[in-house]
Amino acid sequence: MIAYLIRRILYAIPILIGVNLLTFALFFVVNTPDDMARMQLGIKRVTPEAIDKWKQQRGYDKPLFVNSTADGAGTFTDTIFWQKSASMFAFDFGYSDDGRSISREIATRMGPSLAIAIPTFLVGLVVYVSFALMMTLFRATALDMAGVALCVFLMSVSGLFYIIGGQFLVSKLWHLVPISGYAGGADSFKFVVLPIIIGVVGGIGSSSRWYRTIFLDEIGKDYVRTARAKGLSELRVLFTHVLKNAMIPILTGVVVVIPLLFMGSLLTESFFGIPGLGSYTIDAINAQDFSVVRAMVFLGSVLYITGLILTDISYTVVDPRVRLQ
Amino acid sequence: MKSLWLVLSLLLLTACDGALWNSPYSTDDAGESILYTAFTERPKHLDPAQAYSENEYQFLANIYSPPLQYHYLKRPYQLVPLAGSDMPRVSYFDANHKQLPLTARDAWVAYSVYEIRIKPYMRYQPHPALVPNNLYLKESDLDDIYSLSDFAEKGTRTVTAADYVYQIKRLVHPQLHTPIAGVMMEYIVGLKDYAAALQVANKAKPDEFLDLNEYPLPGVEVVNSTTYRITIKGKYPQFAYWLAMPFFAPMPEEAVRFYAQPGMKERNLTLDWWPIGSGPYYLSENDPNKRMVLSKNPYYDSERYPSEGEMGDGAVGLLKDAGKKLPLIDQIVFSLEKETIPYWNKFLQGYYDASGISSDSFDQAVQVSVGGEANVSEAMQKQGIKLSTSVATSTMYTGFNGLDPVVGDDSVRATKLRRAIAIAVDFEEFISIFANGRGIAAQSPIPPGIFGYRAGCEGINHYVYDCANGQAKRKSIEEAKKLLAQAGYPDGVDAVTKQPLVIHLDTTANGVGNKSRLDWIRKQFDKIGVQLDVRSTDYNRFQDKIRRGDTQMFYFGWNADYPDPENFFFLLHGPQGKVKFGGENASNYSNAEYDRLFERMKNMENGPDRQAIIDRMQEVLRRDSPWLWGYHPKNYVLQHSWLHNIKPNIMANNKLKYWRVDTAQREQKRHEWNKPVYWPLEILALGFVGFVAWMRRYLRKREGGH
Repeated sequence: MIAYLIRRILYAIPILIGVNLLTFALFFVVNTPDDMARMQLGIKRVTPEAIDKWKQQRGYDKPLFVNSTADGAGTFTDTIFWQKSASMFAFDFGYSDDGRSISREIATRMGPSLAIAIPTFLVGLVVYVSFALMMTLFRATALDMAGVALCVFLMSVSGLFYIIGGQFLVSKLWHLVPISGYAGGADSFKFVVLPIIIGVVGGIGSSSRWYRTIFLDEIGKDYVRTARAKGLSELRVLFTHVLKNAMIPILTGVVVVIPLLFMGSLLTESFFGIPGLGSYTIDAINAQDFSVVRAMVFLGSVLYITGLILTDISYTVVDPRVRLQ
Repeated sequence: MKSLWLVLSLLLLTACDGALWNSPYSTDDAGESILYTAFTERPKHLDPAQAYSENEYQFLANIYSPPLQYHYLKRPYQLVPLAGSDMPRVSYFDANHKQLPLTARDAWVAYSVYEIRIKPYMRYQPHPALVPNNLYLKESDLDDIYSLSDFAEKGTRTVTAADYVYQIKRLVHPQLHTPIAGVMMEYIVGLKDYAAALQVANKAKPDEFLDLNEYPLPGVEVVNSTTYRITIKGKYPQFAYWLAMPFFAPMPEEAVRFYAQPGMKERNLTLDWWPIGSGPYYLSENDPNKRMVLSKNPYYDSERYPSEGEMGDGAVGLLKDAGKKLPLIDQIVFSLEKETIPYWNKFLQGYYDASGISSDSFDQAVQVSVGGEANVSEAMQKQGIKLSTSVATSTMYTGFNGLDPVVGDDSVRATKLRRAIAIAVDFEEFISIFANGRGIAAQSPIPPGIFGYRAGCEGINHYVYDCANGQAKRKSIEEAKKLLAQAGYPDGVDAVTKQPLVIHLDTTANGVGNKSRLDWIRKQFDKIGVQLDVRSTDYNRFQDKIRRGDTQMFYFGWNADYPDPENFFFLLHGPQGKVKFGGENASNYSNAEYDRLFERMKNMENGPDRQAIIDRMQEVLRRDSPWLWGYHPKNYVLQHSWLHNIKPNIMANNKLKYWRVDTAQREQKRHEWNKPVYWPLEILALGFVGFVAWMRRYLRKREGGH
């Protein structure tokens, strides 16, 4: 397995270079360094000299990919692409275009993102599995039909509606939690409870329907019939046998998203005023801050690859028949 | 089951402690003298040499103390001393440095000297840079330090004239971008050469600390610890307005040296992030991702609430606090609020003390009487919310590109075409539909409140309006069609080529949200049979097109730097042309007579002579119609009944020190408006318990059946 993991990590390097190259190309197709400078310097009283100075101070005065004026390796290393990308592989993200340390920002903002993402993920998993199990338990009854209809309904509603509706009902009408904002430590509870509930409710439709399908697949299998024939109660069959075997597809689907929890949620963070990484990314895109955008895309790619590797490992944990070679 | 009831009971018990469940603030803050407000965008710069936008000034203007400020109550806007002990003393000199009388003709004045005397004994906020030992830190000393509050010791010292001079030198620091550096280099004697010398020094040793005092700057000198002089070229009365901006606030050299130490930048400890001021407040908490807090500067003791204002200010209670020491509020909490809906709802709940009005909530907040007077709606009145309005010193216009052969040149044909379009595009309708009536149609670039503006019939653009009963009445579409025909486009068709006339409008407005606006503007052109092609583009491309002059018409706007007509008229000054000279004249308008008048007007003192020239300049502009004059937006601000001393002041950004909060009333109202509603929780809990019980019974029955 170690050899497999090393191989997967080595595969990740060209993937990360490719992602980096693509991000760089896409960004600079839309924005020139001059555009970036103007965005930072504002509209009023910006002179061409100020733009040149801004580019020079941040290293955007070099050619994008190939520096024909440089010699030897400098042809490729004395370029914006190399200067901005190479250090990232050592997780040195440098400074944002407004001069602030990106690593420091990421470290600060990761907490609020996780304060929402982890509970939403865990509570959601429990709720979705429980709801799917309930539908499976009452399969082919009116309750099951109502459950499926509810799932379809919940899937059809926009995420933004949940946010605005939740804020309106819970915060504005019932005065139970603050509409938006964030505080550190124990005070964070009242700020994150509504985003978590909304995150969980928003995911019930799709996740529970998927898990229900997995459970129904399992429930028709021979080992379940055997368990029932032995006289086990339906609840026992479901929780001890069906759930355990259905965990393989559930777990593998779930593990891949765990590392991405660090990246936060763009919409939720923005509407609830949560100072996480999701809103950091959105702000950077709006401000055309390439340094932050590339750092966040790079981090997202690393976390996604990590998720995929963890998924492979989780296969071996939940299914002893699987061997990584 | 028991545990569920326990949790529910605990929740209900916590509700009985009187705390508000939906309060976004700590319970410790209740009853404190705190103003709660919001910011919608994190500031890019907090260095007074670099900051220039409104969202930066809302913090900086309360932290830094430049020599002058705008009087809070008096109108028209008037400069008064802030850090200055009195107004700057101006003296004029000829080319031989011989002093001239103040009545000397402009042409004789080669230099103006501004002598500024500051109040003695003003002190800086508590700051670690002012502790001498902190100027010799090793990187390892910063191991656990990520904020200024992590420093054990903070110091202060007296503000000196040398600090003001040091800041002026920073305006041309090679590593900083100061938006007004170009303007200042034109005026302050020797600043251009000084900038060049710094550039050379920085290039030679880019990693070393650049000591600004090592290089001579003849135009700025320290006279003694409380007096300094600035020498500028010629006569430039507008210079006083710049002295009211944070660009000219004092900066202790220690602060710059403190932040230049190794390891500071990596911890986001920079002057651009952590200001050091001598104003009424200092930045005590700086988390622009969440909230920023200004606390009262314990050493600020140099200012009292004004004892005189405009007529009527006393009657509305604006002079109640006359003579009291400023600031009146201990702390200002700015919370980041990017979305308008949460902002608005928190205001209604009493968690923000004042709020603007977004289009979404306008109908809920404001009702407009038959006479056009805006007032708060009944629901708002019940909450005791008050509305204050003011016309912004801004203009939102649609420019014609002067370099375009169809709409731009100074031929009769193009001029008549522009005037026909000016009549057709009904900005009164635009304001009513898209700005909820929050604006006034512009008659020229000058908004009300700026010298040169004329109200009533004498201020009407008679090329577009007629005066009826003292009001401006837009000319008829027939008149516009007549002009169009005279321009060679009868019914919108080119009389020579027989091709329909198509005008291109460049704008950054796109997407569904802007569709109605774009449809509306097309409809305005349809009225005279001209086709409008709207070219929506992103911000960068738009700027690029403006720079290259690759437009016919475009939307633009301007916010005044200072309340002087020069700051608007220069937008149409030929030598400021965007394409030829990279200036601010985006429509590349050029008219020899106008340029000549502008040169005469710009340095004149306000008075009848200046008014006469302005009247002539307006006439030239209205005749040539290089812009659709558009409109001047109106600001609507709502405030709760517990907030006092609010008077709209568009020019002043340091208003917070005058405001006062009745905290007892605020607490009472918040409790009244935000009682938690428990029944949904109870129903939810009961429903859940009932469902679980039913399920258990059902399953037991089912298992029994097996």
